[in-house]
Amino acid sequence: MRDETRMLLESMNRLFEDHCTKQIADNAEAGTFPGALWQAVSETGVPLAALPESAGGADAEWSDLYAVLRVAGRFSAPIPLAETMLAAWIASSAGLEVSEKPMTVGPVRADDRLTLERDGNGWRLSGRAGRLPWATDVARIVLLADGPDGAMAVALDGTAGAEVEAGRNMAGEPRDTLSFSGLRVAGDAVAPVVTGVDRAALYRRGALARAVLMAGAMERALDTAVTYAGERKQFGRPIGKFQAVQQQLAVMAGQVAAAGAAADAGVEALSIDDPARQEFLIAIAKTRVGDAATLASEIAHQVHGAIGFTKEYSLQLSTRRLWSWREEFGGDTEWAARVGAYVCAGGADALWPTLTDG
Amino acid sequence: MMQQAFRFDPVELPPAAKALRQEVRAFLEHNRASLGNRRDYDHAFSRKMAERGWIGMTWPKQYGGHERTAFERYVLIEEMLAAGAPVGFHWTADRQSGPNILRYGTDEQKDYFLPRIARGDLSFCIGMSEPDSGSDLAGTRTRAVKVDGGFRINGSKLWTSNAHRADYMILFCKMADAGQDEVDRHAGATQFLVDLKNSPGIEIRPVINLIGEHHFNQLFLTDLFVPDNRLFGEIGNGWRQVSSELAFERSGPDRFLVLFKLLTEMVRVAGPGPDRATAAALGRLVSQLATLRRMSLSIAGMLQEGLQPLNEAAVTKDLGTRYEQDLPVVARQLFPAEPEIAAVDTYVSMLARGTMNAPRLSIQGGTREILRGIIARGLGLR
Repeated sequence: MRDETRMLLESMNRLFEDHCTKQIADNAEAGTFPGALWQAVSETGVPLAALPESAGGADAEWSDLYAVLRVAGRFSAPIPLAETMLAAWIASSAGLEVSEKPMTVGPVRADDRLTLERDGNGWRLSGRAGRLPWATDVARIVLLADGPDGAMAVALDGTAGAEVEAGRNMAGEPRDTLSFSGLRVAGDAVAPVVTGVDRAALYRRGALARAVLMAGAMERALDTAVTYAGERKQFGRPIGKFQAVQQQLAVMAGQVAAAGAAADAGVEALSIDDPARQEFLIAIAKTRVGDAATLASEIAHQVHGAIGFTKEYSLQLSTRRLWSWREEFGGDTEWAARVGAYVCAGGADALWPTLTDG
Repeated sequence: MMQQAFRFDPVELPPAAKALRQEVRAFLEHNRASLGNRRDYDHAFSRKMAERGWIGMTWPKQYGGHERTAFERYVLIEEMLAAGAPVGFHWTADRQSGPNILRYGTDEQKDYFLPRIARGDLSFCIGMSEPDSGSDLAGTRTRAVKVDGGFRINGSKLWTSNAHRADYMILFCKMADAGQDEVDRHAGATQFLVDLKNSPGIEIRPVINLIGEHHFNQLFLTDLFVPDNRLFGEIGNGWRQVSSELAFERSGPDRFLVLFKLLTEMVRVAGPGPDRATAAALGRLVSQLATLRRMSLSIAGMLQEGLQPLNEAAVTKDLGTRYEQDLPVVARQLFPAEPEIAAVDTYVSMLARGTMNAPRLSIQGGTREILRGIIARGLGLR
């Protein structure tokens, strides 16, 4: 790891540790956006760091930003950090204005389609964008839509004019569905995207963001479970001294290690130009991390007993996110099917080269 | 806070390793007639590999090695395993006996054994398990007594794969004066380099496995004499040495590529456009395998740095055997067939091989329970 990266992660670790209290998480779930946390994160420049310096960014490596997301996942940070990074990436590449305030991005679901039609010097936006993260909380919503001549980026200042169906994921994070019926959008809020920035690319990067967040959340859950097993006494000794518990935690640790390795591999795939190959590798990451999340959260709860099932205890901050994130930007079954389709299309004799080349 | 219990740093294969991969594939293509089962004992094939510098490839040139990186060795062995190359003759010597001799052997032992292993002339087997000492390796009952000019050894070894074919065995036992197990379970643990072909006092009996193959043996050691210069390492240091040997044994891609051919055949049966459920089931397996490769490669990186990644090796082996044992289970759900080893259909034959080999995977080289105990210790629970 580069020194700069290490320093960045250490400082972000401190920041999240200071701000991501149980109270902040509870308040966010009750509907209060954690403004102070966002302010602190925003001041580091991380949300827009991937942009070129000319656009207010720092030309940062995406691998560093995903590494920050892993830390955010560890602390269950209840903010649209990944969404703002991705919104900034799309808006900036299309030449649209970006905001230092929280943003979100969409569509986040594979089947959702938005369309744009010319209307004088402006546009009309139609279609449905399901379960957009934090859509009603953010200052700007960046959407990809099909225009008459190809994909366009659209920047909306809030949800005005959209039909909003508010929703939340199992962790209480806002997931709002927006429907547009010919919403009038000004000409300067719409611009064509550049090659390589499209719905499929957003979906891949979003899925990878969820995989990385999950890898972080699992690390926290393991840490919590191991600590608890060392402290909780039954039958006169810490439960972590019982082989039955040790073996369970060993299984969990294996899953957490695999999730971390799979997430790392997905992040490395961002540097691959071939979109199909990149998708294959990110699909592996989302699949493997999702599978790990299922087993890891189950064991974390089993080790904790009843206390882990309470709202008061913090384990649920990690596990409810794991259960939610594993389905977002495509669940592991969807991504596993992509992995399987890719290797089957290549054929049995190409399986080994497919796994090892590149 | 503890953030990552175990270390699996990203590594990138150096260009030399990528070049080697193409070289190995060309070699395998050229020797296609020899391919089949990696456990096959094919001395001629091992000699061919040795000629290319592919046995002991990371060892110092001084001892017949080739001073290549752990990454190159990783690539070589994963290519060999995936292709089903018959590497049984040199496998154990190359993987663990040689590296441990390099670490703990005397100069004379290094000079004698390592070049011979690297030339493909000497094969080794592992003398650890006993009738009453399997997972509980420290409970070994085989005992050595110091005598004039060497040691006299009595006891028995079991599950000793290839003892009927190997030239040497690294024997794990205890000194007869080791004291009570209850005081220090590792006290007196000692290893010897035993010449299996030229030592009176060794009786080798076959133990046929459930497939009908002869890999296992039971050895009876009766007043076996081992000369002083074949004491391996230090008297009483056997536990540390054997732990090091097991780290080599557990860390490699051989822990998740035993049944690779079954996965290949599943992809073949699925065809180019499987339905979504089939694609997803295969995709989950491929995702596990891809992640295991990455973890194993990361371990190769640690070996290259001279580290001993005992915990990471345990994690990878445990995950690897879980994945491999899932292979025949998923296979029979997706593509039901009546398995038969002799079947002409490769899938049906591999399903039989996979089903019958699966149980050994989480036993050999450390049982699942032992590995998880090691992982738990790594987590600070023990």
